[in-house]
Amino acid sequence: MMPTVLSPRVGKLALAAFLALSVGACASKNGADDGSLAGGAGSASTPGSVQDFVVNVGDRVFFETDQTGLTAQGQATLDKQAQWLNRYPRYSFVIEGNADERGTREYNFALGARRAETVRNYLAARGVAGNRMRTISYGKERPVAVCNDISCWSQNRRAVTNIGGTPGS
Amino acid sequence: MNHFKMPAFLQQYSVSSALGAMLFVALSTAAHAELNINLSGGNFQPMPIAITDCVNEGQATPVASVITNNLSRSGLFQPLPKEQFPERISNFDVPPQFDAWKARGAQALVTCRVSNDGGRLKAEFRLFDVFANQQLVGQQYSTDPASWRRVAHLISDAVYSRITGEKGFFDSRVVFIDESGPAKHRRKRLAIMDQDGANFKALSGSDMLVVTPRFSPNSQEITYMGFPLSGGDPKVYLLDVSRGSREVVGNFPNMSFSPRFSPDGRRIIMSLEQNGNANLYAMDLQSRSMTRLTTTAAIDTSPSYSPDGSQIVFESDRGGTQQLYLMPAGGGSAQRISFGEGRYSTPVWSPKGDYIAFTRQKGGSFGIGIMKPDGSGERILTEGFHNEGPTWAPNGRYLMFFRDPGGQGGPKLFMVDITGRVQVQVPTPNYASDPAWGPLLSETR
Repeated sequence: MMPTVLSPRVGKLALAAFLALSVGACASKNGADDGSLAGGAGSASTPGSVQDFVVNVGDRVFFETDQTGLTAQGQATLDKQAQWLNRYPRYSFVIEGNADERGTREYNFALGARRAETVRNYLAARGVAGNRMRTISYGKERPVAVCNDISCWSQNRRAVTNIGGTPGS
Repeated sequence: MNHFKMPAFLQQYSVSSALGAMLFVALSTAAHAELNINLSGGNFQPMPIAITDCVNEGQATPVASVITNNLSRSGLFQPLPKEQFPERISNFDVPPQFDAWKARGAQALVTCRVSNDGGRLKAEFRLFDVFANQQLVGQQYSTDPASWRRVAHLISDAVYSRITGEKGFFDSRVVFIDESGPAKHRRKRLAIMDQDGANFKALSGSDMLVVTPRFSPNSQEITYMGFPLSGGDPKVYLLDVSRGSREVVGNFPNMSFSPRFSPDGRRIIMSLEQNGNANLYAMDLQSRSMTRLTTTAAIDTSPSYSPDGSQIVFESDRGGTQQLYLMPAGGGSAQRISFGEGRYSTPVWSPKGDYIAFTRQKGGSFGIGIMKPDGSGERILTEGFHNEGPTWAPNGRYLMFFRDPGGQGGPKLFMVDITGRVQVQVPTPNYASDPAWGPLLSETR
């Protein structure tokens, strides 16, 4: 699915930022990956770029085990997201809910959907238009961190506000 | 040698290829002998049995080794090692040397013969009670040579059935998810195989991430949840196995998942997600009309019909954590049946109706267990990190499930019997998950 990001006035710089991200976005910025965070260092300094959102605002919130309520830190992140998204209304985006692997598959799909819904409701309450947002759940199918302890599980219990269009980051 | 007259011949069966029709009538056996396994007995010992190579058996059709593997994996039989065989059966029509087999400890003996019958494969077998010097079963099958494994499974079922007094389960297939690649970028596709892991075949390509498949009652169709890799919402799909055609059956604005067929094959029941809640709906496959079955601000999922189609068991977190509930098939008030420690999920009703299998999470441990439909008699059969998703063998005596050690590893399939005594891995070429066991092929259609 392509994002509705590239309106003509965005120009070449934003396009470059988007391409850099589509390589780098899957390699999470949490150091959980193999360190292959792609370049594009300069692009985060471009206000309103995808990279600006990911790096300076934070594209994801984390949840406690089996919980769908937001932590204080999660609320703070979403406050910043709402502010940024309201400033750059050209983005429509997908909220991706995820669960860690310590649950059964079908329940985790529903759990991920609940987490995505929580984020959607929070952003909507802070003025982000509903028609810009879509939700999807990946359940436990898309871990960003892979190991058998809490350091990984806590990163996988997440909802990602994906404005870059690469699914499953 | 004792005086023994080979019984006048065997019942005849015609077996057609993989999915085709098959004529099967109830076995009529010789006079009842003492040879049997009491499945409910306390200190159980597997029955020593000898399965001799079929007369004329070639390397291309190792029928006896498939039978040996089946009976051994069931845990109810202990096949005698070939080195201990006292004689080689070279003439199928001459009685075996019962005393010699008895001396080696074999209580039961299977002999067989394969032959080319005008381009068809003819297979015959006899099951003997060694201590009673008696033939218990004798049968003959005719099939196209490519289906030789089905014949081996049918013979295995006949032996299993005659000795245990229960239906067999070997002539059946499993649909599951074939997994490959690293955990973060796992490729998941639909696959099918015989219950012993043979005849593996991938059914879906790489355009979708596929999970939780289930057979239709006649095993001609498979329903599953699929994620298009190009993006887009996960939906419930229906695949016609022989035609290879695929269609969406849950085309709704939000996620639809957890599909299962009704026992009559006319409906698919599934969960629909809306505003963070999941409720159960039944879709009539002919009219495509949906009936809403639950109305909760909770997660209701993993439904399973009772074999008579009158009730549905499912999991719900309406009480705070995942627990098992029963309700009438048309919806209505649900009654909780799981009251042990921990969280209960993925209930599956036994084809015999006597048990409901489930996954139980307690602390960091995932167990596979069974309970009676009223919630009593709970028994955990295997436990550890991370067991999930039981499915019943067609005879209701065994469960298959997947076990995923986590980390960089991946899931594998296992089989356990309902006493928990027998536990064996099911061979698959790659990582494997979400098994769903189909019916006995001889009973479909």
